Amino acid sequence: MKKFIALLLLAPAFWLTAEAQVTDYLQRVQVHGSFQVDGQFYFPDEALGINDSLINGHKIGLNGFGNISFSIGKFSAGFRYEAMLEPIAGFDPNLYGSGFPYVWATYTDDRFSITVGSFYEQFGNGLVLRSYEEWALGYDNSLNGISVMYEPIKGLIFTGVYGTQRYFSLGHEGLIRGIDGELNFNDMFSAMAESKLRLILGGSAVSKYQADGNQLYQLPENVASFAGRANIGYGKFNFTTEYAYKINDPSAINNYIYKPGEAFIASLSYSTKGLGIYAQFKRTDNFSYKSDRDVTVNALDISYLPPINESHTYSLAAMYPYATQPNGEIGFQFQINYKVPKKSKIGGKYGMGIAINYSQINDIERQQVNDTTYVNQKWTLGYESDFFKFSKHVFYRDLSVEIDKKFNRKWKGIFKYMYQSYDIATIEGHPGEPVINSNIGIADITYKFTPRKSLRFEIQGLWTKEDMGNWTALLLEYTISPHWFFSATDQWNYGNPNTNERIHYLSASFGYTRKATRVQFTYGRTREGIVCVGGVCRQVPASSGLSFSITTNF
Amino acid sequence: MKKLIIASIFSIIAVLSFAQNSEKNTNLPSVNIKTLDGQTFNTQGISNDGKPIIISFWALWCKPCKKELDAFNENIEDWQDETGVKIFAISIDDSRSTAKVLPFVSGKDWEFEVLLDPNGDFKRGMNVNMIPHTFLLDGNGKIVYQHTSYYEGDEYELYELVKKVANGENLGKH
Repeated sequence: MKKFIALLLLAPAFWLTAEAQVTDYLQRVQVHGSFQVDGQFYFPDEALGINDSLINGHKIGLNGFGNISFSIGKFSAGFRYEAMLEPIAGFDPNLYGSGFPYVWATYTDDRFSITVGSFYEQFGNGLVLRSYEEWALGYDNSLNGISVMYEPIKGLIFTGVYGTQRYFSLGHEGLIRGIDGELNFNDMFSAMAESKLRLILGGSAVSKYQADGNQLYQLPENVASFAGRANIGYGKFNFTTEYAYKINDPSAINNYIYKPGEAFIASLSYSTKGLGIYAQFKRTDNFSYKSDRDVTVNALDISYLPPINESHTYSLAAMYPYATQPNGEIGFQFQINYKVPKKSKIGGKYGMGIAINYSQINDIERQQVNDTTYVNQKWTLGYESDFFKFSKHVFYRDLSVEIDKKFNRKWKGIFKYMYQSYDIATIEGHPGEPVINSNIGIADITYKFTPRKSLRFEIQGLWTKEDMGNWTALLLEYTISPHWFFSATDQWNYGNPNTNERIHYLSASFGYTRKATRVQFTYGRTREGIVCVGGVCRQVPASSGLSFSITTNF
Repeated sequence: MKKLIIASIFSIIAVLSFAQNSEKNTNLPSVNIKTLDGQTFNTQGISNDGKPIIISFWALWCKPCKKELDAFNENIEDWQDETGVKIFAISIDDSRSTAKVLPFVSGKDWEFEVLLDPNGDFKRGMNVNMIPHTFLLDGNGKIVYQHTSYYEGDEYELYELVKKVANGENLGKH
């Protein structure tokens, strides 16, 4: 009886608790997500050589995804649905399909977190491990497995990953295991907390497994790689560096040589109010690292080798983009950003920005390993290379000067000059074609009619004697904040040595934005070219038609 | 009996502990990103003493993003005096250019906090598809408005909302 009364007395408490818990939970559940659909309708265009038989019924390309995530306190989970039922031209046809390539659940505590399912991870600069996605390129090498992060004491973080790697829509391949540790001296040692010297050290080890299917040669089934890094800051100076080493890993990319690989990056910067100076050195030697040694396409990369030149955004400056040569490259970059102060003679009322950049990337030097083996001979040690030696073969070089200035409340502009030298034979794999040397000039001027209505005018020129000759590009863009934009562009290959190919690439677009929802339509021609985001590039074929993009977030 | 009491006490404690408010901004995903000098920074540390917060995703390769942040920078002194708003600019540049962000920001003389999200973890956590993408958070750290893309003059629209949030007005459903 006593028990019964006690229960009766306690019941409301339980009920209250339970209800409080449920309401509390429901209030704490957060659901977020985003959607995007990009589509293109293709039309025949004789001038571009696109006729009905080339389109061959593939009139529509459509790439879409939906991302949903839930979180309740320390727990979160989510998924992404993707549909590429006929991917847009220029995306890898292997992306064809639909489904849930990305499903995950995470528990995060103050010093600990665990994720199961798909995840993205980067160790250091990504030299030995980076899984990431770039929707604009159709690139996704997410890992599928388990990822654990643990911070035993403040300033020391360990990350471990174990999983297989996404391969287009074709499932997962390879087996990757990795561990990374990072030690922040300023966080760990109270004596250094306020120190002018900031020091972070890190190290990683990664290994991939792939069975040796070769009858004749013995291939390493487990390929290990190691990297060490440091980030040292002292006052206005900042120095970061990372070195990575990989054991021998014969692959289709390196012509199946048994040479170990190396990668090295170092950068030094100086920053003070109104001035930033930056210098970087990078060397890559036989460092393609994929979870399948026989794959040569843009997929299954474990390592990420950032290209070290500036990434250009204006269309003609980005016409010949550099892509990292994983088999070997050595290069450097300098950049200066300076703001001429306000109310000075040159700076005027608003100040003026100046940016100067120089980058150069050469091939590495290679020598025979012995008299009977030629350089890079299949199934040999390949070659020997002197670490700091630049070969005479220049892959890429550019020098640019950019000035941005606001003249008054109505007018402002960006002016840019660039010289570029581009070894198309190596970078795009067109043997025999001469190096493209070009001069590029850009003016980008904005006029404000009212605080919310403005017109932007862009004129660009690219002058070269090589490849397709001279180009010019014009753009007019009218925007009404915060909702509308209208633009028209023309890219004209007026200097093409072949007079029949002096084509105008005209297009017009408009877009409507409301909060986080944006809709955009474009009608016209797209020039054949290369789109690069980060370190990966995608070939875009010439096309003509109507394209649209819808994106939203909640 | 004892067990019951203990159990009920535990469950009440559990509820209380869940309801407990810590200093963290639990409206944001908990993701480790980096400061410009390489220190680890947890995104739940984005806070501003009960005043509004702007979070803007950008990258060195994104022209409209840089224009938006230039526009913020032109106005930041007035905005801070009037509303106490704090701006966090999150660079999603990858390791190709993360080391370049600090000298670039100095060269621009931007006067707000810039953080690095080199592998897009915070970007994914906030469901950002395209940049520039800008969020406005109220004094409780709750997202009350967001906007993608930048056109000349968008900063006026945003600042009208910042003022409303600073005055404690409800923006309605965002």
